[in-house]
Amino acid sequence: MSFDFALILDSIPKMLMGIGLTLQLLFLSLAIGTALAIILLLMRISGRWYLAAPTMVYIYIFRGTPILVQIFIIYYGLPQLEFVRDSIFWPILREPFGCAIVALSLNTGAYVSEIFRGGVLGVDRGLTEAGAALGLSARHRFIYITAPIAIRLCLPAYSNDVVSLMKSTALASTITLLDMMGIARTIVAETYAPYEVFLSLMVIYLIITWIIQRTFGWIEKRMSRHIRSEV
Amino acid sequence: MTDNEVGNIIQLENVDKYFGQFQALKGVNLTVAKGERVVVCGPSGSGKSTLIRCINRLEAHSAGKIIVNGHELTDAVKDIDAVRREVGMVFQSFNLFPHLTVVENLMLAPRLVRKASKDENREKAMQLLERVKIQDQADKWPSALSGGQQQRVAIARALCMNPEVILFDEPTSALDPEMISEVLDVMIDLAREGMTMICVTHEMGFARSVADNVVFMDQGEIVETGPPATFFDNPKSARTRLFLEQILTH
Repeated sequence: MSFDFALILDSIPKMLMGIGLTLQLLFLSLAIGTALAIILLLMRISGRWYLAAPTMVYIYIFRGTPILVQIFIIYYGLPQLEFVRDSIFWPILREPFGCAIVALSLNTGAYVSEIFRGGVLGVDRGLTEAGAALGLSARHRFIYITAPIAIRLCLPAYSNDVVSLMKSTALASTITLLDMMGIARTIVAETYAPYEVFLSLMVIYLIITWIIQRTFGWIEKRMSRHIRSEV
Repeated sequence: MTDNEVGNIIQLENVDKYFGQFQALKGVNLTVAKGERVVVCGPSGSGKSTLIRCINRLEAHSAGKIIVNGHELTDAVKDIDAVRREVGMVFQSFNLFPHLTVVENLMLAPRLVRKASKDENREKAMQLLERVKIQDQADKWPSALSGGQQQRVAIARALCMNPEVILFDEPTSALDPEMISEVLDVMIDLAREGMTMICVTHEMGFARSVADNVVFMDQGEIVETGPPATFFDNPKSARTRLFLEQILTH
């Protein structure tokens, strides 16, 4: 098998034209998904069954089905419904980009809220009791004691999820979006050279993964200053 | 307030507490007057910790009546957080907030609840740290301190809202032996200054020298209450005698 280096040099800049879209998909759905995760978390730990039960169903559905199926249902399925076409969400859902953002956000929200819940459950109960004994309200205890400690606890799992979301953005190419994966598929269709193109694409994704992991590693180190015994 | 409640900062009447089927407190009656120092002792599982955790409602009692500084504790108690501010608590495992420095541990509640100004708040916190002789560690993380130092910080933190009474839940049980006395010294100072204290502890020397009353609990009941001289030298109940023999002979 011969390896066409000229093609690699030619296709990498082309694929990088899609990096903007890949990063938009990543950061937008990460922001929306994280906000959604916080809402789901608060509902889940509210102690009220009518708030907790729907979140459990939601999380079960979105974690229990392939994200590709979720993307297809939102992109191909929802427009079939007239009330969706009449709703205020139609401007978002009529565009493949909007559909991809909605699907990735809903999916990430489900995973991240479980990650956050793990963090909250990991906070020593004695600490919130100490806050209660000082007369801090439940809201203050959550914001100033539970949340900062929980965030540090769930940072490693959260960073894994960001990487996994970044990889999932490639699925947006299946609904016509020209992110890096979409462009790669176009090039392969024209050149019949899948090895060169997809291997170069892998390298680009690996570099993004590396950057994400380094960033979180740095944040984690900063947030763990109080763990090291020397000050 | 009726006449017999005047002067009593804490009053428990026939308090029961169940954890599922298990009855942790059985008809407990206890009154603590302002300025009184009460030591609660008894074998493990006797309900001592549950008793003091009911006083600031970290546990809700199942039956009976608890009155703290004039507020009766019920499900309907309007502002349990306000009542808790009048009751400080020191825990066996210190429970310092690990993500805040020593002085920030003391400043958190006054900042959030009293909206204290930063300078004033820090000054007050430093005074409290001085009182427990640990002011030079103010800007360290709790994890950099020894157990004894952490517990002294925890005592200072319990004072930061100017409570009327402080509850101690086995404050020296998690400490290495050489650190116990530095914590007891701070507690003795507090007692001398007239602080109302309820202290669950096995430190019988502390009980003897500081307590106005010693309460002995076994299996969820208060078996015997009395001033330390009578309690240690002339216990009425056989259960008390057995307990004292067990902890004093070695």
